[in-house]
Amino acid sequence: MSEIVQYLMSGLTAGAIYAVIALGYTLLYNATELVNFAQGEFVMLGSLGLFTFLSVLGWPLWAAFPAVTLVVGLLGVVLERLAIRPVKKPEPITLIIITVGASIFLRGLAMLLWGKDPHSVPGFAAAAPIRVLGAAIMPQSLWILAVVGLLMGGLHLFSKHTLTGKAMEACAIHRSGAWILGIPSDRMAQLAFAMSAALGGIGGIIISPITMAGYDMGTMLGLKGFCAAMLGGLGSHWGAVVGGLLLGVLESLGVGFFSSGIKDAIAFLLLLAILMARPSGLLGPKAVTRF
Amino acid sequence: MTGKRRLWATTAFAGAIAVASMAVSNAYHQQLLTVIGIHTLLALGLNMLMGYAGQISLGHAAFYGLGAYGTGILTTHYGWSPWAAFPLVLVAAGAVAYVIGRPTLKLSGYYLAMGTLGLGIIGHVIFREWDSMTGGASGMVGIPPLQVGGTVLSLGRSGMILVWVVVLMAFFFCDRLVDSRIGRALRALGDSQGAAAACGVDTGRLKAVIFSFSAVLTALAGFLYAHLVGFISPSSFDFLMSIRMVTMVVIGGMASIYGSLFGASVITLLPEWLHVFSDYEMMVYGLVLMLVMIFLPQGLTRGVLDALEGVKSES
Amino acid sequence: MKRASTKAICWMAALVVGLGLWWNAPAVFAAQAYKIGGIFAVTGRASFLGDPEKKSLEMAVDEINARGGIDGHPVEAVIYDTEGDPTKTVLAVNKLISKDKVLAIIGPSRTPTTLAVVPIVERLQVPLISCAAGIQIVEPVKPYVFKTAQSDVLAVAAIYRHMEKQGIKKVGILAVTNAFGVSGRDQLLKQADEHGIQVVSEQAFGASDTDMTAQLTKIRKEEPDAIICWGTNPGPAVVAKNMRQLGMTIPLYQSHGVASPKFIELAGEAAEGVRLPTGKILVADLLPESDPQKPVLLRYIADFNKRYGGGVSGFGGYAYDAMHLLAKAMEGTGGDKAKIRDNLEKISGHVGISGTFTFSDKDHNGLGQDAFVMVEIRNGTWKLLK
Repeated sequence: MSEIVQYLMSGLTAGAIYAVIALGYTLLYNATELVNFAQGEFVMLGSLGLFTFLSVLGWPLWAAFPAVTLVVGLLGVVLERLAIRPVKKPEPITLIIITVGASIFLRGLAMLLWGKDPHSVPGFAAAAPIRVLGAAIMPQSLWILAVVGLLMGGLHLFSKHTLTGKAMEACAIHRSGAWILGIPSDRMAQLAFAMSAALGGIGGIIISPITMAGYDMGTMLGLKGFCAAMLGGLGSHWGAVVGGLLLGVLESLGVGFFSSGIKDAIAFLLLLAILMARPSGLLGPKAVTRF
Repeated sequence: MTGKRRLWATTAFAGAIAVASMAVSNAYHQQLLTVIGIHTLLALGLNMLMGYAGQISLGHAAFYGLGAYGTGILTTHYGWSPWAAFPLVLVAAGAVAYVIGRPTLKLSGYYLAMGTLGLGIIGHVIFREWDSMTGGASGMVGIPPLQVGGTVLSLGRSGMILVWVVVLMAFFFCDRLVDSRIGRALRALGDSQGAAAACGVDTGRLKAVIFSFSAVLTALAGFLYAHLVGFISPSSFDFLMSIRMVTMVVIGGMASIYGSLFGASVITLLPEWLHVFSDYEMMVYGLVLMLVMIFLPQGLTRGVLDALEGVKSES
Repeated sequence: MKRASTKAICWMAALVVGLGLWWNAPAVFAAQAYKIGGIFAVTGRASFLGDPEKKSLEMAVDEINARGGIDGHPVEAVIYDTEGDPTKTVLAVNKLISKDKVLAIIGPSRTPTTLAVVPIVERLQVPLISCAAGIQIVEPVKPYVFKTAQSDVLAVAAIYRHMEKQGIKKVGILAVTNAFGVSGRDQLLKQADEHGIQVVSEQAFGASDTDMTAQLTKIRKEEPDAIICWGTNPGPAVVAKNMRQLGMTIPLYQSHGVASPKFIELAGEAAEGVRLPTGKILVADLLPESDPQKPVLLRYIADFNKRYGGGVSGFGGYAYDAMHLLAKAMEGTGGDKAKIRDNLEKISGHVGISGTFTFSDKDHNGLGQDAFVMVEIRNGTWKLLK
């Protein structure tokens, strides 16, 4: 029994991270119909950024957290301006390759700036693990779940109850239609890039005390996050969260009851299954273009 | 391309290979050319899918690995002759690709990219985890070299000639294919799937067929790689390899058969030159990929040619 | 347009290939120097191995040249970066042999890359001294292949011997899914019986996995007396932290793959009490004066830190030992590769960084049980275990 609780808790923690990353994908996809393969690198930058602000510059956590989020968000804007906007014919195949290139570039840059060794980041609060039903729950896991919950709520309020959020939704529904109504879709795209990068950065920040920060941590996290977004349904906020948590829990159970070697395959097997059976994802809109 | 032109190009290409095989005597250069040849096959295979049919694949390393591991397992564990393993491996790659491609290729754009990417990662995990057959993460040693008559084809002059003869044949075949009925259907598909379907092209089947053809070419490259190097390990068939293949196609130019040669050469030789940059290599690599795609989405060859045309017409 | 473009593409391809070949055209051969090749993963994931190896090789070459070279011949090292990639390593080895005409090769840094080049050096009969850990490299013995890195066989034996003393009977294994982890896991399983140890659970984790609580929970269910984790940073540090968080108090043994201060930094408090086998370099100043390696180690550490401003590790020692062994073997051979090989096999009692080397026709690693000591982490530093 205690094992199962432990697997669930481990899975939820990992899943919450996938969920944050998936939210980043979803947000961006909604506003621009673009998938940023460099999303994982923003997670990496968030982690390494936190390390720099906390351990090198000696800032307190409450100041470092927003500062890193801001910096990573700005980087998202820079990426959009320099690499996405100049593209004349934005076809998926072109954009996929550009963002893959951006991801390799960012990884190389991080390797130069922070070196190849991983760095250790202190936990948010020094506290002993909490015991529930014989399982140990790490305080950092609770932090992660709390932050994800807050982000989710915040995003929901943003998109349903603010003008900017509604404008972004409008862009998602029909870009040129929104443009005719006077919504500056270019600025919306930029904002979406900033928010999605910042979300990736937050994912990196909250996960870094658990995983440590290293230049090559982003790629797999980014891909898993994308799997989560697809699983839940690309474009749906709730789908991203459900997909992320589900993926985390299934991975953890897979390790527990099958073999730990196949862990990485689980996410992608799930992905293939969902792509074939229901490409719109679990919670995605029904009418998805499969062709 | 007309018949005459094709004949000319093929003869010139064959001549170049013949000259090179005589002239290049340094073993290192022979090997570099061998690797370029293998990469050209990879680029060509993927270009048939990406360039002509307009379908992206971020998981082709799985088929590369399938070719290499398929023949590796048959020859070392079951004692088959490489020539007996050869047809089986290619047919297996084609069949696997067809079975997987049929449902996967119903997707498009990002969905297809992600589906194929998943495929590539699953392939990598299988190569790594199936210890008893693949040797696991440490890799597989002792794959026998190819033999023709009494001659052993190994890395060096004989291997180089073998690879380039195969490349020549693949070029010739792909060139014919592109100009055939299937080729026209393919390009129609690449331009607009709906229009192609309206003209009576069975797009679902055609896509699976070309996916499978592309997988066979890729597996062929894997087969050659395994027997020439004699050692394979999962790290040669990972996600980055898939990306490298896409890069070759992109740099060389989509839908350009000879561009595949160019792209493969650049991507193989670039790291040799980039050693000057050492730690900057990854950054430069990413930057090149981004810049080419932003400014010359048709690939370096077409892009440079267009620029030249522009200069000409202005003057 | 089409006609012109195909032709132009052909030309461009030919140009690029030609340029590439020209770029690598043979350099002028330096007179009289003995050329040694070095192939290390200087960049890429395994750079923590290749970078100090490259530096140590350069240092060893300077030392040898400072004392007048080998029989009056200066030594010149040609070093290429493999990035840990087998294809690139194969290319580099052939470049060394055919273009640079080296007499012997030091490296590669990793087991898979070494296995990839073994057939080549065997066919062309060039002595190779690998810096990789895997026992498959020298077992079975291949005439031209040697290695200086301690095999995981010895590390596993060191751990199991210590466990015997501690009365530990049941262990759980947690190994990373790469060549290092797989090789370690195989040795752990293989040697368990002869030390009367039972492996109750065997788990794996990915090199970039972020959480191992699921694997640890599964191991805990089998109630082992201790856990052995086999991997390189950061995975093992995560394991140490996760064990703390799960409240597991049984001893944690790590491999020599994390024998560096980086592990203590990453694992923080969770590193306390972790036991691991390590080459003596890590605890050189704690060694008794009677240890023959102590002066060699202290000199190497001082020289390395002076030259490169810190960053000394046991990994560099693999290349350092290889170069000095090679220098010994090259004396009086006049640069004959077969004779160098024969001499290498005859070396005995060479005190190096990784241990005392005694090669024979049956042992091409040449290290004994004294190559490893067990240490425990206490108060953020190493403590020698008896």
